[in-house]
Amino acid sequence: MVEVPVPKEKWSGKVGTVVLGASTADSKERKVLSIGGETGMPFLSYEGLGNRQLIAGEVVDDTSELIEVAVRPFGDAVNDPAAWARKWVEEFGADLVCLRLRSTNPEGKDASPEDAAQTVLKVLAAVDVPLIVYGCGHEEKDARTMEAVSNACAKVRLLLGQAEENAYKTISAAAMSNHHALIAYSNLDINLAKQINILLSDFGVKAENIVMDPLMAGLGMGLEYSYSVNERIRMAALMGDRMLQVPMLCDVTSAWEAREASEENAAWGDVVERGKWWEAATGLAALVSGADLLIVRSPLAAMVLQDAISDLRGGK
Amino acid sequence: MPTAIEIFKHLPKKNCGKCNFPTCLAFAMQLASSKAKLADCPYVTEEAKAKLEASSAPPIRLITIGAGETKVEIGDETELYRHDKKFFHATRYAMTISDQASEKEVAAKLRRASDLRFERVGQVIALDMLAVRNDSRDPTRFAEMVKRVSRESALPLILMSQDPAAVRAAASAANLSRPLIYAATLDNLEGMAAAAKELKYPLAVRHSDLNELADLVEKVKAAGVEDIVLDLGVEDLQQTLERNTIVRKNAVRKTFRGLGYPILTNVIGKERGMAMALMSTMKYGGIVLMEDLDPAHAVPLFVLRQNIYTDPQVPIQVKAGLYPINNPDKDSPILFTVNFSLTYFTVAGDIEKSRMPAWLLVVDTEGLSVLTAFSAGKLTSESVAEALRSTEAMVKSEKGLLIIPGMLSRMSGKLQEATGLKVVVGPKESSGIPKLLKSL
Repeated sequence: MVEVPVPKEKWSGKVGTVVLGASTADSKERKVLSIGGETGMPFLSYEGLGNRQLIAGEVVDDTSELIEVAVRPFGDAVNDPAAWARKWVEEFGADLVCLRLRSTNPEGKDASPEDAAQTVLKVLAAVDVPLIVYGCGHEEKDARTMEAVSNACAKVRLLLGQAEENAYKTISAAAMSNHHALIAYSNLDINLAKQINILLSDFGVKAENIVMDPLMAGLGMGLEYSYSVNERIRMAALMGDRMLQVPMLCDVTSAWEAREASEENAAWGDVVERGKWWEAATGLAALVSGADLLIVRSPLAAMVLQDAISDLRGGK
Repeated sequence: MPTAIEIFKHLPKKNCGKCNFPTCLAFAMQLASSKAKLADCPYVTEEAKAKLEASSAPPIRLITIGAGETKVEIGDETELYRHDKKFFHATRYAMTISDQASEKEVAAKLRRASDLRFERVGQVIALDMLAVRNDSRDPTRFAEMVKRVSRESALPLILMSQDPAAVRAAASAANLSRPLIYAATLDNLEGMAAAAKELKYPLAVRHSDLNELADLVEKVKAAGVEDIVLDLGVEDLQQTLERNTIVRKNAVRKTFRGLGYPILTNVIGKERGMAMALMSTMKYGGIVLMEDLDPAHAVPLFVLRQNIYTDPQVPIQVKAGLYPINNPDKDSPILFTVNFSLTYFTVAGDIEKSRMPAWLLVVDTEGLSVLTAFSAGKLTSESVAEALRSTEAMVKSEKGLLIIPGMLSRMSGKLQEATGLKVVVGPKESSGIPKLLKSL
């Protein structure tokens, strides 16, 4: 009989591992999760799977800009970040919670960094999974917010968002002194992704504390650019580029920027089912191109993606 | 295509010049760049000819199903990663109709098939094929359903049956244009291969073990069938990703040539089926065969295909023109941007988010982004003024206000002169647009 060869690549490098959720003196027993560690292209079991890909459920502390169809299954819980986070973990199988402190936006509610830190503590107390925390996207304010958050949670290992080329020093210093991991964000370009990792490493942040976010564009919104940038990053890491050998985070809530994800239109079918698959398709593209950690908005999409991850890992 | 040196090894090295090139090496170089034909050499041996033809065949055979405007072409791919060049022949989607379906069900499926047609960024995205499945096991009934479907739909067909007699019955009942026979298996190989050869239809071959599949393919080829499609018998996402990758990589890297054909995936289950359809679209699928396709699934699936099969060298463009956002009127301002799709989507999205009515003028920059277009001279105060004129923007908006991208602040003076509008320099990042619009 004919023997079809399995074209296994002999890679010299591998993706590093980052541990999330470990703590020195947490108020509760918190799950410890590892991401990364792959020795091959995504989900090729014959090249090496690495750690299980994880899903972080998005929680926002300001309901003014929510997309209703995406968060409908949470009901009233969206008014309380702690209750929302609990639903993510207990009902919808999230591995982590991603808390966005949108209330700190100076053009919105302008909550103080101290108040925001209190919200983080409340969410930490409500769930036993690791936490990702973001500011509001306002550069100056985020530096102060994230510093306050990091200091307030010194005993719990958070993943802090986000270090950018023009704004990384304050957040990096806070992360280093409190033993927090850090998201290294770059804008859809393999060279920029490498650049921010180099800046962080020169500043003293160790690779074991960096998760990179090369920007996942949503379905229909430039997804193909991200898909190829992600694939190139993974290949460069496997070929031995040490500055790209960190796990990858993809924020697939970008899917909701496309109008097809949430607009009512009879010809396009049921909006709930369509929105779920719009985000799930974005997530699947992120996973297949190299993501280790996804931030997801819709719990329906999150469940599709959890099943897909198990399925892709051979039922485990 | 082999290199000139590889070809040269197989030439007679007589340097006779009868091919109209002075030496065999010169002839080899012309062959390598497809500027000459091997038949021009009178001395080349049959053995060398066979070897050269085999090594110059495309790694994955191009298969055509159907005919005319709706025909589908799959295969002829050369890459493992789209960023290395591009993916050439997009995944095609097929929906199934059972030959036991009621009159009502058939009518509903046919209507759905023709409704699954959308337009996005200037391209039509639609369902590509219909499959008729021989659930009745009755050749006559199968033939009747095939006849009916082929009469009412112009889409290329897939004949799903285990029985060569049913395939032959369908072929003689209706005037079919190259439908795909699905499928030859261990149990019906001879009969199916004979039917495919005689009818000159492409044939799908199915086995869930790749070694066994390669064996079956060899036998089908030996029986005289050239146009082959592979079904790898996958049942979950891991199998889809791994088997498709093994087949594709062996073909394009030439580590194994026996499976150099496009792949058909028969997806199973509603939720997993949709996930498998998405996976096949990203990972080398030629045809995805589905029981049914809900529009709520079709839209994301078709858009994913559009994204993945975009040529990485050619930016997707949106149509230039004046776009109303949030129901603008004569008192609403005009903003302008370029027709690079990503820029347009971001800017339009941020205006929508502001909930402020505005006119968005999209200027044709051949798909270049703001700064690139400006540097390349494709975005000038003249081209913006011309776009304002041709779209009658200043008739639709009488506010006399033009917001320009923050990166183009140096254009503001000239633009004010050329248009007579008051120019406001917008933010450098599109995310600042809502704040600006609210402050006007």
